[in-house]
Amino acid sequence: MARILMKGNEAIAEAAIRAGAEGYFCYPITPQSEVAEYMAKRMPEVGLTFLQGESEVAVANMLFGAASTGKRVFTTSSSPGISLMQEAISYLAGAELPCVIVNIMRAGPGLGGILPAQSDYFQAVKGGGHGDYRVLVLAPSTVQEAVDLMMLSFHLADKYRNPVMMIGDGMIGQMMEPVEFPDKFEEPELPSKDWAATGAKGRDSLIIKSLFLDPDALERHNWKLRDKFDRMREHEVRFEKYKISDKNKVLIVSYGTMARICQTAIDELEQEEGISVGLFRPVSLFPFPEREIFEEATKKNIKTVLSVEMSTAQMHEDVQKAVMGKKPCEFFGHTGGIVPNPSELKELLSKLSTGRKARAAGTKTAGKARAAGVRTGASTRRSAARKTRKTK
Amino acid sequence: MEVQAKTIFKRPESLTQTVTHYCPGCTHGIIHRLVAEALDDLGVRERTCGVAPVGCSVLAYNYFNCDFLESPHGRAPALATGFKRMRPDMIVFTYQGDGDLASIGMGEIIHAANRGEKFTVIFVNNAVYGMTGGQMAPTTMPHQITTTSPAGRNVAEVGFPIRVAELLSALVTPAYIERVSVHAPEYIIGAKQAIRRAFEYQVKGTCFSLVEVLSTCPTNWGMTPGDATTWLRENLMPYYPLGVHKAPEGKTTGGA
Repeated sequence: MARILMKGNEAIAEAAIRAGAEGYFCYPITPQSEVAEYMAKRMPEVGLTFLQGESEVAVANMLFGAASTGKRVFTTSSSPGISLMQEAISYLAGAELPCVIVNIMRAGPGLGGILPAQSDYFQAVKGGGHGDYRVLVLAPSTVQEAVDLMMLSFHLADKYRNPVMMIGDGMIGQMMEPVEFPDKFEEPELPSKDWAATGAKGRDSLIIKSLFLDPDALERHNWKLRDKFDRMREHEVRFEKYKISDKNKVLIVSYGTMARICQTAIDELEQEEGISVGLFRPVSLFPFPEREIFEEATKKNIKTVLSVEMSTAQMHEDVQKAVMGKKPCEFFGHTGGIVPNPSELKELLSKLSTGRKARAAGTKTAGKARAAGVRTGASTRRSAARKTRKTK
Repeated sequence: MEVQAKTIFKRPESLTQTVTHYCPGCTHGIIHRLVAEALDDLGVRERTCGVAPVGCSVLAYNYFNCDFLESPHGRAPALATGFKRMRPDMIVFTYQGDGDLASIGMGEIIHAANRGEKFTVIFVNNAVYGMTGGQMAPTTMPHQITTTSPAGRNVAEVGFPIRVAELLSALVTPAYIERVSVHAPEYIIGAKQAIRRAFEYQVKGTCFSLVEVLSTCPTNWGMTPGDATTWLRENLMPYYPLGVHKAPEGKTTGGA
């Protein structure tokens, strides 16, 4: 199929249909409402189920009912809405129901703002709701990757009988880029959905539930889930490396569109100052590519590992955990809807690479790093937007 | 002389053989049976999916011999909506208590009813939270003593009990909404007819249907089962009038 220019939110919607989604439940929230608008037209066209619910609480629970039929279903929302969905997500994970949830993140906490952020990292990868569970979390950095990961999400949800969450910052949803859809979604064969509630015809009746009043049974259930999450850790780690070489002194770890801004900074720094910086981009956030980051970070040439995020250092904690104290781990980021600027990144990378005093980074100087960001906030936003477009 | 044994009463096929966990004198067992009889009568057991609430009847799934989902507290109508929208060919019902439906799940039930979702709700109103130990419910009667209204429900502070059948009947969307009681045999017969009618509307794809069933909770009311039925008749029935509150054929108490 030919490449077409599409807005991220609409591309995500179309990708879901092509991956075999038969039901979509939604509640409007900026900056992801275009998914709902697209689906409101598109789903009836192809004879599929579209429903706007009365709240995100209800929508996520509709997803539970819909997923129980064994059909592929999904919802999309943004940060405050995802918070409201956490109840159902916990139940979905507990009842081992597959579904896909997309979070086009905006800045928080609370009502926060509507501009891009990556501040729901903890919520996404550490569980989010109550109980011992995980959802598989994927983070695209381009609209094309959002399409590809959206389709993969449905497969992984069915494979593991678990909710899969795709998180993109607001830019992924709002930006237009050329995308290409595969003619047919090819995926490995999956086991039959004999767990689905399809009516007790010719078989015993079945129950889909997360309630286990017997503590022994509940503990067994929890360890069974844990085994599943360990299988994800074993088989579903995804990442991309960019310009990683033995010339790097600094290794950046960054995901989503933030990683693209890092790429721009890396490219420009290489051209302008001849400094080589490598980028490690986690694509799966749960499972987190711990071993792979450790491997890269502990290479002899690496002096500093730098997490770059649109948050106040959330993924950074997992990076530190992965590096296990073997190398200094620094953080740089903006939040609140401010997107870090390649220029400020270049300045920081140059200092970290050449060993000059890193004014704007460092665990000890984190306060200064934040201050530096705030000082250049307004120009940062404008110039970051300009630079982002250059990042392909 | 040849004696022929004829079965005149048996367990409905839609019920499993499970020892009850409900308290003595609780009417959940009766209501379960009435639902099961309706599923049997209509021959829909093999294409039915029930949705259990949170509350005493959270374990309803153990008693019904059909597929079942267990819902978060109050969200059964959302689960039923999602399920029925994906499988309109199946028969879907929720079984919910008053704390579940009229308190934490009020948003879900109103919007499901208003969308005219084609599933059936069995709403069991016993004027108290049962499983958590007899706390005040939105349907608790004025002056009724509960563990969280030890001096009796004070309507000046917490308002009057919610009449769910009337509230939902005020919506313009066509629906079948009837209130029944199961405190005495003649009422149980009426309740059976109402529950069956509710499922019939669903089988025909006519409308949303809800049967509110006045029920006893001797344990949390602090009464013998016998006294509980009397208390229901004397206290709940005058406040919660029985009858068809709304029907798709046009009999409504509110709306357009």
